[in-house]
Amino acid sequence: MIKLNLKKDSLRKVNELLQNLDQKSNDRSFKIINPDGNHAICAGLKDEMDVTIEGHVGYYCAGMNMKADVTVNGNVGTGVAENMMSGSVHVKGNASQSAGATAHGGTLIVDGDTSSRCGISMKGIDIIVKGSVGHMSAFMAQSGNLVICGDAGDALGDSIYEAKIFIKGEPKSLGADCEKKNMNKKDQDLLKSLLKKASIDENQLTHFKMYGSARKLYNFNIDNVSEY
Amino acid sequence: MCGIVGLYLKNKKYNKDLGKFLTGMMNNMSTRGPDSAGFAIYSTERKKKYKYSICYNKNNIKEIKKKLSKEIKDAKIKIISDHFVLETSLKPVKVISIIKGYNNLNLVGYGSSIEIFKQVGNPRDVVNNFSLKNFSGTHAIGHTRMATESAITTDGSHPYSTGEDECLVHNGSLSNHNNLRRTLKKKGIEIKSQNDTEVAAGYISNGLSNKKSLKETLIDGLKDLDGFYTFISGTKNGLAIVRDEIACKPAVVAETKDYVAIASEFQAMAHLPNVNKAKIFEPEPGLVYSWGK
Repeated sequence: MIKLNLKKDSLRKVNELLQNLDQKSNDRSFKIINPDGNHAICAGLKDEMDVTIEGHVGYYCAGMNMKADVTVNGNVGTGVAENMMSGSVHVKGNASQSAGATAHGGTLIVDGDTSSRCGISMKGIDIIVKGSVGHMSAFMAQSGNLVICGDAGDALGDSIYEAKIFIKGEPKSLGADCEKKNMNKKDQDLLKSLLKKASIDENQLTHFKMYGSARKLYNFNIDNVSEY
Repeated sequence: MCGIVGLYLKNKKYNKDLGKFLTGMMNNMSTRGPDSAGFAIYSTERKKKYKYSICYNKNNIKEIKKKLSKEIKDAKIKIISDHFVLETSLKPVKVISIIKGYNNLNLVGYGSSIEIFKQVGNPRDVVNNFSLKNFSGTHAIGHTRMATESAITTDGSHPYSTGEDECLVHNGSLSNHNNLRRTLKKKGIEIKSQNDTEVAAGYISNGLSNKKSLKETLIDGLKDLDGFYTFISGTKNGLAIVRDEIACKPAVVAETKDYVAIASEFQAMAHLPNVNKAKIFEPEPGLVYSWGK
C-alpha cells in the first residue's frame, strides 16, 4: 500500500503518478489522504490498480476511469465516474449531481444518496445507489442499468432509450416516455447479479420494479425514418 | 460561475475566529470567481447605534472625514482599505440623505449589526485588503464573482444590501429582473445598479418590510424570481439558503454542533474544525433552509 498525501504533493503530481503507473509494477495499491474536496482526483486512470481515498472529494472524481478500482471513504461532488469505461468506483458517502454521467461501462456503487441527474446519458455503466436519487435521473439513458434502493425525484428516465431502471421505492414522477415494465426471468437474473455486485441481499429482488422506454417518442416511430 | 459562502456560528467560542474561517472559505472559492469579492459580517448589535458601510473609492478620506464629523456629531469612523464604517446613533433616514449629498461616497450597507465590504480584484487580495481575518462576529456571508450580468465594478459586486441589516449573495442569473425592478421601484424599493442580484435583494427587502420572515420571503421568491440561482441571504438574526427547482447551481452544507457552513463546493469548508465529522448535505431544489436565533 503506497500512501499519497494531497497536503504534501500536488494533485497533478498524484494524478500523473497514477495515470502513468508502470504496467509491470507490482505495487498497485494506493491510499490518498487529505483530499479536502479537490476536483478531478483519480481522473483518467487507465490501468488495473486499487485506490482508496480517505475523505470528501470534489468534482469529476475517477472521471474517464478504465480498469482501476477506486473507493471513496466520504462524499463526492458533481460527476463522479463520469464517462467511465470500465473498472469500478465505490462511494461510501453521498454523491452530488450527474453521478456516472455518460459512462460507457464499469460499475458505480453509491452507499448513500445521489442528487439530481444520476446516470444522465449513461451508455452502458451499471449504477447501484443504496439510497435515493434526485430529479432527472437516467435522463436520456442509452444503455446500462440503474438500480435505486430508495426513491427517485421528479422525471425519472425522461427520454430513456435502452437502459433499464430498477427501483425499490417510488419515483416522484416519471419523465416523458418512461414506463413501468414487467420483469421476466432474464431481467430478474440481471437484477440479482447487480445486487450481488453491491453486496445487497438477493431476497430484496422481489421488492423492485422495473422501468424502461415506452418507445413512443419521435425517434422510435418508424414513419419518421422517411425524413432522412 | 461565482462562488458563495456562508457561516453561522452556533458556539460563541468561535466568534473571534469568524473572519479567519471566512477568509479560508473565500480564498478557496477564488477559482469560481476571480473578478471581484465581497463579504458581510454580522456581529452583536449595540443598542441605539447604527453602522454604515461606505465605499469612498480613491477620494480624499481626510476631507470626507472632516466634513462628515461636522454633520454627524457622534460619528465614529473606522477606515478599512477603500471603505469606512461610520458608527452613529443617528437614524438611517437622516444618515442616508446626508450621504447622498456626497457624490464621491457609495453606501454599501447599513444596520445595527451588519458591516459590508466589497471590491474589484482577486478574492485573495480583496480579503487581505480588508484584513478579513481580524473580524469577529456571529455569522457572515461571502461572494467571489465571475461577472456575467453586469460590469466588473464595485457596484456590480456582491453582497447586495437593500435594507437594514439585510444582504444577499447569488450564484446564477435571473431572467425576469428588469420587469421585477420596475415593480419594486413602484413600491419604493431603491435599486441602484443594473445587476440582477440587487433586484432579488430588493425583493427580499420588500418581503421583510411587509412583516414576512426571511424564510417566507424566499418561499414566495420561488414563484416570483425566474432564473438560475443559489441564494444565501442574511439578516441580523441568521442565514438562509435556497436553490431554484432546476438546481443547476451547486451548494453544500456542513452542520456541526458548533456551526453551519454553506458553500458552492466542499473544498471551501475543508479547513473548518471537525468538518469531517459534520453532517454534510446538498440543499434540495426548491426548499428553503434557515438557521438563526
